[in-house]
This record gives sequence, structure tokens and C-alpha cells, in this order.
Amino acid sequence: MRMINHHPGRVSATLLGLLPFLLIMLIYSLASQERLADNPNDKLLPGLEQMTAAVDRMAFQEDRRSGDYLMWQDTTASLARLGMGVGIAASLALMVGILNGVLPLVRANLAPLVSALSMVPPLAILPILFIVFGLGELSKVMLIVIGTAPIMMRDVAQRVRELPGEQLIKIQTLGANSWQVITRMALPQVLPRLIDAVRLSLGPAWLFLIAAEAIASTEGLGYRIFLVRRYLAMDVILPYVIWITILAIVIDQCLRLANRRLFPWYNAGGH
Amino acid sequence: MSFITVNNLWKEYGDQVILENLNLSVKQGEFCTLVGASGCGKSTFLKMLLGQETQTRGELLLEGEAFPGEPDRNRGIVFQRYSVFPHLTVRQNVLMGLELEQKPWLGKLFGGARKVALEKVDDMLESVGLSPSANKWPHELSGGMQQRLAIAQSLIMRPRVLLLDEPFGALDPGIRGDMHDLLLKLWQETGTTIFMVTHDLKEGFYLGTRLLVFDKVRNDPHDPQAFGATITYDLPIGQTDRKLFEDIHQSVSETARNQAA
Repeated sequence: MRMINHHPGRVSATLLGLLPFLLIMLIYSLASQERLADNPNDKLLPGLEQMTAAVDRMAFQEDRRSGDYLMWQDTTASLARLGMGVGIAASLALMVGILNGVLPLVRANLAPLVSALSMVPPLAILPILFIVFGLGELSKVMLIVIGTAPIMMRDVAQRVRELPGEQLIKIQTLGANSWQVITRMALPQVLPRLIDAVRLSLGPAWLFLIAAEAIASTEGLGYRIFLVRRYLAMDVILPYVIWITILAIVIDQCLRLANRRLFPWYNAGGH
Repeated sequence: MSFITVNNLWKEYGDQVILENLNLSVKQGEFCTLVGASGCGKSTFLKMLLGQETQTRGELLLEGEAFPGEPDRNRGIVFQRYSVFPHLTVRQNVLMGLELEQKPWLGKLFGGARKVALEKVDDMLESVGLSPSANKWPHELSGGMQQRLAIAQSLIMRPRVLLLDEPFGALDPGIRGDMHDLLLKLWQETGTTIFMVTHDLKEGFYLGTRLLVFDKVRNDPHDPQAFGATITYDLPIGQTDRKLFEDIHQSVSETARNQAA
């Protein structure tokens, strides 16, 4: 039998999926044990014990200096920036993308600009954002907006233009004006596609968030990681990275479920 | 005065001639079927009736006035596919036109007005046999039911002209027969003027009051696009016999082969 026709069963598929995770953990713990046996104060590959101690210190005990629970403070600060940035970017993308997709005049006017903007490397203009918007929250949120909005705008416009031309004619024969074409045909059909676009943009959004926090911030997950780097505190960095990954997965899955719930026609192959 | 008048109509794309010298006069309430080989301008003519395309030369008149240059609520259309809105249920799909007409800004009806409109919608669904599926999504319907829905969606607007672009081309032969009966029934009830494009010559012979055959009279084997098609037969239904069917069939097939060559 050819390899392409070998399909795993349910149980073996799960086991195969788990295997790489287990392997990485095994290799890490062996290496960690070896280094700790040489030097119990080794900071590079902390063991489970050191990491749980660090998490306990960061998440469940008040910081001695400020009296805050640092990990929760970092998490809420980062999520607020991420949510605001992605939210603004998605709203802009919806507006510009739909106008671009539906109205030929707007498309002629705006599409080249959007294409050009989406080619600007966002991190290259981070200094400009700091200069213009200062070192506060605004510049970090703006970096996420500038980094993710243009690509989402292009994506939304593309999705609108992919709607069958027959539908556009049909709604005109039902007497729709341009505004109604947008509100009754383009917008409702593009919303689930926007959620898909947001899911894809979350990766870059996290990247820009952590980059901005690393450079100028006083709290946030990215700030903390880059702060403790100075002390080689791998026992804090590794749990933070895992925590960020978990947050990203949870947000992604929530969006996926929301899409299914809100737009049953979309996910059942109705497009 | 005739309802739709076509005078010396030409359609060209660059040096490619699609339609040449088309002349036609259609009375209100006629049911015209348009047949012919692919590439013979049937669909192009339908698009001109719809307002999606404009002629290169000649006149196309609706009650003596030039046709509006964009689709409007007086001319309904049913395509072979993608005519219904996937994000609306069957009922909402039919309701759409009434909502758009009454609410230019909101595009939605509420309360009493919605109830009145829904009664109309349910009557319409009843007459196309979709009442049991009123709350389903279009993707849950079979191809034939989707086309019933598309027809209901258009007819609720009481369009003056109903245009059908190979509406049953993707359906099984058995279903097609049912759809023919439905279409004839609705046409008799509403008295709307219908133009239907079809590939199926038999369908053209059976349905409607008038058969229009689009075909090329002249053909240049070295340049198939040099000459356009025109109406070669304009027959009232009922006057057709076996011999005529064979003649048209042969002529249309020959053109199809020339087009492909």
C-alpha cells in the first residue's frame, strides 16, 4: 500500500500528535537534570521545581516592591493592548475593505494606498510611532493597528469581490441601492470571513505587541520577559512563553467557536 | 405599440462581432425562449435586456423608451446558480426585495409591516412549493428547490420582465419537467413577460409562446469571430413540427462545431 493511503485511527492519531510534545519535554528534562547535577545554581535550563517556584512568586504572591501580582498585571495590560489594537484594526479593515470591495470609485482611489501601506514593515516605523504618539499606550496600540490593518483590509476587499457576481446583479433587480448592497449583501457575508482574517492576524499582532513592550513599557508580558532576560531568569521566561502560547490558543479557539455559533450558514458550506 | 422593440441592434467587442442586425418586437406577456449554440449571443442579449451590457449600435426600447443602463426592480433575473443569498433563510430570501423597497436606509422590516410582508412571502412560497422548507438555509436545499427559491424571490417583486439564464441547466431531467410545469403556472398567474435562455432545443420547443433561434448566417472558417449571430428563426410555439426541429437542430449543431473548430 502507498504511504499516501495509510490513515491513522483515532487513538493512534492522538498518540502521534502527542509524541513530539512528549519528546521535547523528555529531551529538555534530561538536559536540565544533567546541567543541574553539574551546577545546582544553573540558570540556563531550570527544572520543573524552579519554574513552579517562579510562577508561584510571579502569579500568586504580592510583589514586595509594588504590592501587585505581577503576572496578572502583565497579562491584563498585554491583553488590553492586544484587544484594542486588533479591535481597531478589524473595524478599520471592515469599513475600508467593504468600501474597496463594493464601490469601484473608492477602489480606484484607495486600493493602491492600502497595498503600499501593507508593504511597509511595521517595526521600521515603530520609532516614528514613539516620536509621534509618545511612549504611552497609544504607540503600542497603533503599532498593532498599523501592523495588522492593511493586510486585513486587503483580505476583506478580496472576500467581498469573491462574492458571486450573480448575487450583485440579483440584489439590484430586487431594487437595492448601493447602501443596501453593502448592508444586506456584502456586510453580513463578510463578517465570518473577517473573523477568519482576525484569527490569522493574531500571530503578527502578538509579535508587534511584544516588540513594542520590549522597547518601552513598564508592564506587560513582553516587558517582563525582556526585563528578566538581564538576570538570565529562564525560570520566569519559559513559563511566560508557555502562558502566552496558551492565551493565543484560547483566543483563537474562542473566535473559531464564535464564528460557528454566529454564522451557521457559513460553516455548513453555505458559501 | 409593442412592449419591447429591438431595431437593427449590433453588439461588438473590439473586432469580435457577437450580434449583428437584430430586429425583434415582443408584446407584453409573451414567453420567449432563446436557443442557439454557445457563443451565439443569447446570454449577451439577455444581459442587454437586464441592463448589464449596452449595445454597440441600434436601438433597444422598452415601451418606446431606451432601456435603463443598470439592473432595476422591473426586471427580475434567475441565473443557473448563485441567485440566492446563502446567509439568509428561504423566507428571508423572498422577503428581501420587499424590505429593500420599503426601507431604503434600514433595509429591514419590523413589527406589523413585517407581518404583512411575511404573509405575501408565505403565499409566494406556497405557490412554488417551498412552504415546508421556509426556515431552511439555501445550502440545505436541492438544486431544483434553490431555483424555485430564486424564481419566488424575483416574482414577489412583480417584475415587468422576468429573465431566465439557463435556469434549469444544472438540474436532473425529471426535476426539469416539474420546473417547466411550475414556470408555466406562474407565468399564467402573473402574466409577466419572460425571456428564457436555454441550451436545450426541446425545452425551447415545449415552453412559452415564441421560440427565437440565435444562429450565425455567415461563417468564416479562418476567423470564427468575424461574423455575429442573429435571429434565424422566430416561431410561435405550436407551429413547429418534426422536420423544422431537425432543421434547426442541424443548423445550430453546425454552428457549434464551427465555433469549436
